[in-house]
Amino acid sequence: MEQVFQQLINGLSLGGIYALIALGYTMVYGIIGLINFAHGDIYMVGAYVGYALTTFLGLGLLPSIVLAMAICSILGMAIEKVAYKPLRNSPRISALITAISVSLFLQYTMMYFVGPQTRTFPEVLKSSSIRLLDGKVVLDIKNLIIVGITVVLMVALQYIVKKTKMGKAMRAASLDMDAAELMGVNVDRIISFTFLIGSALAGAAGVLVGVYYNTINPLMGSLPGIKAFVAAVLGGIGVIPGAVFGGFALGMIETIISAYGGSVFKDAVSFIALILVLLVKPNGLLGRTLREKV
Amino acid sequence: MNRRMYLVVLTLLTLVLAVGCASSKAGDSNTIRVGVNYELTGNNATYGTNLNDGLQMAIEEINQQGGVLGKKIESVILDNKSDATESANVSTRLATRENVIALLGPATSGATKAAIPAAMDNKIPLISASATADDVTLNADGSVKEYVFKTCFNDSFQGVMMAQFGYNELGLKKASVLADTTSDYAQGLSKAFQETFTELGGEVLSVEAYAAGDTDFRAVLTNLKGKNPEFLYVPGYYEEVGLIIRQARELGLDVPILGGDGYESPKLLELAGKDALNQVYYSSHYSPMDDSEIVAAFKEKFRAKFNKEPDAFNALGYDLGYLLADALERAGETDSEKLKVALQETEGFVGVTGTLTIDQFHNPVKSVTIIEVKDGEPTFLMKLDPEE
Repeated sequence: MEQVFQQLINGLSLGGIYALIALGYTMVYGIIGLINFAHGDIYMVGAYVGYALTTFLGLGLLPSIVLAMAICSILGMAIEKVAYKPLRNSPRISALITAISVSLFLQYTMMYFVGPQTRTFPEVLKSSSIRLLDGKVVLDIKNLIIVGITVVLMVALQYIVKKTKMGKAMRAASLDMDAAELMGVNVDRIISFTFLIGSALAGAAGVLVGVYYNTINPLMGSLPGIKAFVAAVLGGIGVIPGAVFGGFALGMIETIISAYGGSVFKDAVSFIALILVLLVKPNGLLGRTLREKV
Repeated sequence: MNRRMYLVVLTLLTLVLAVGCASSKAGDSNTIRVGVNYELTGNNATYGTNLNDGLQMAIEEINQQGGVLGKKIESVILDNKSDATESANVSTRLATRENVIALLGPATSGATKAAIPAAMDNKIPLISASATADDVTLNADGSVKEYVFKTCFNDSFQGVMMAQFGYNELGLKKASVLADTTSDYAQGLSKAFQETFTELGGEVLSVEAYAAGDTDFRAVLTNLKGKNPEFLYVPGYYEEVGLIIRQARELGLDVPILGGDGYESPKLLELAGKDALNQVYYSSHYSPMDDSEIVAAFKEKFRAKFNKEPDAFNALGYDLGYLLADALERAGETDSEKLKVALQETEGFVGVTGTLTIDQFHNPVKSVTIIEVKDGEPTFLMKLDPEE
């Protein structure tokens, strides 16, 4: 029983990070139908910005997260302007290939400047644990903070999308871009804004991962990036609550698999879960079925 | 003269000069020429350079004391750029053109395996001081490669020694194993540990696995914790082990953690943090904190020459130089065939990294140094001799 609780805590922390990255994938896909493979590498840049801020400037966790979010959102918008905007009316495959090259570009540019070795975060958060159930379940303060920050960011996102004018425009653009444009929505601005928010969330996830796991390297974005993509598809790509659900579900699945002795196969199992979901419900667990208009 | 002619003449001249140099080098018969093939640049440059520093220091000392068999040792040092193909080229050049009696190096198992064919074909003994893979000295069918020797222990030997250490010295009977499935090194250690530990009468409660590059071990560690082991054996490299130790302590898994020489890096402390690094023991080749006489003397000489503390690779390189001299002395003349026989017969050679005897598989039987990490500081705990 204690073990189940402990694994639940482990799974939630892991899932929160996947969910934060998955949100960026799903938002960009929802608006322009592009799978932004460079997204995982923006998360990596976020981790390095956080590393620089905490190590060299000695900033605390919150200011580092805010600054990393700001820098990543600028980076995300710049990538959109330089790499994706000129291709907006080209076939999807061109944009997809561009996304992969942007991803490689970010990885190896970073490696050129900081070197390939792993780096460790300074101790920004003192690890202090809360023991529950006679000390058998350990709740680390870091778990709480990660899940807490993740939830706060998601609530903020939900507010932006549902309650603000910008959010309304985003929803309109995702439904039908041409119609939205005819109604006076500045689609270019909306797309920029989407990249801004998605990249900011990835930046936050980068810093959180750096603090939680204490290790970062220039290639750290590729696997979590793909996992987050899986999470987004699992929940239904293009649907915001779907990304959150998919992220937590994936974190849980991986933890459960590890818990039952399959730690080596946990990556494989996440992809098998993806295939199963796609077979049974091609639009994802929370996805809507849209009828193709003729 | 047009430009093309000029180029051709220049190339020819360079070639003539190069050949002239090579042949003039090989002529001197008052020295014993030894080929040194190390990773002096590239990814593994720290290993190669440190081994070579130790080796050159030993050769210098031997020459100052009058050399071997009345001759001075002269080393021909070539860089294999941490590349297996380059290592094979270097090895071939040393064996065929440089007229050497023995080949020393390379540092890593991969580069060593690439260097071996040239040694075997030309019947020149090759000694590596740091290629720890079990199969370096063996053919695929288990027979021994006649001209290949090593002076560091095998990967699996560390597993055997740590099982004995946990069972006999720490007195713990229940272990759990968490091993890196993606590296032969960790798998070798894990297998040897389990076999020895159960043979001794201990119980392996559970065996879990992770993959290199993983960062989250909390689920697996929670699982291990549920079995209440008395200690963990975690063979692997510092990059993941650092995180494993940290997360284990965060989850309240406070039992001793044992491992191998893959722990040896300052990064371990950075990754795991000072508070988590207690009750951590690992096997190693050498410790600078060992205060036996021979180690103290080595350290002093090394510090005087390089102005820094010697590490395990410096020590292994240093021993390699002296083992070569010792074997040459016993061979009685500078002949590769006799040198090979002398190396095979090495028994009780006393070095900085332990007393070693070469066994029938051309591997050393030697003591293992056990390092205990206290508050993040690696300290020398003991030297453990293999049980007969």
